[in-house]
Amino acid sequence: MKIVIFITLAVMTVALCLAFVRLVKGPSLPDRVVALELFSTLSVGIIGVSAIMTDVASFLDVSIVMALMAFLATIGFSRFLERGGPRDD
Amino acid sequence: MIDVIKGALLLGGAAFMLLAAVGVLRLPDLLTRLHATTKSATLGVAMIMLAVALHFGEVAVVARAFGVILFLLMTAPVAAHTIGRAGYFVGSKLWSGTLKDELRPNYDPLTHELKSGMETEANATRQSKDSDTR
Repeated sequence: MKIVIFITLAVMTVALCLAFVRLVKGPSLPDRVVALELFSTLSVGIIGVSAIMTDVASFLDVSIVMALMAFLATIGFSRFLERGGPRDD
Repeated sequence: MIDVIKGALLLGGAAFMLLAAVGVLRLPDLLTRLHATTKSATLGVAMIMLAVALHFGEVAVVARAFGVILFLLMTAPVAAHTIGRAGYFVGSKLWSGTLKDELRPNYDPLTHELKSGMETEANATRQSKDSDTR
């Protein structure tokens, strides 16, 4: 079980790195917002895996709050873009 | 037995998340990247939360895990819709191989006015009658 958890964490870390490349490269602001949303979804998963690894169920509350914050951040960013944010960057 | 199912769920979830990250890195434009992240990453989180529910096996934890899954399933499409809409309005470029953009001929980006494409003079000046249901 330990090995499976470590493989899972390693794969998800690689996924985080790939999303980070898109966050840095992203030709426009919406692309970066998509990468940030993927970031937060990945961290929800990583928190779930660490809840299994440490046997602490309270981590799930953290992941609920994280998902909520990510949703609000995405909605806020898209409102900002529609109401005349930077057209190009 | 539970350990095997748990491990399979964890590995599958991680694989789907890796797939989402590869998609976000490799796909050519904003809408295809949205397509990669919103579905694949949500499925990955759902599998991992199922593994968490199996691992703890208590009512409170299972309820919270399913709460996370339900919340993500409800919010991910809404977030993807709003950011895709904002990206279209801002004018992010579509992929050169895009075949169809049905919004382009009917939408005015300056006034945000959307036409149905079926307007006629007779319909524009038509008065409503008393027998119409309101």
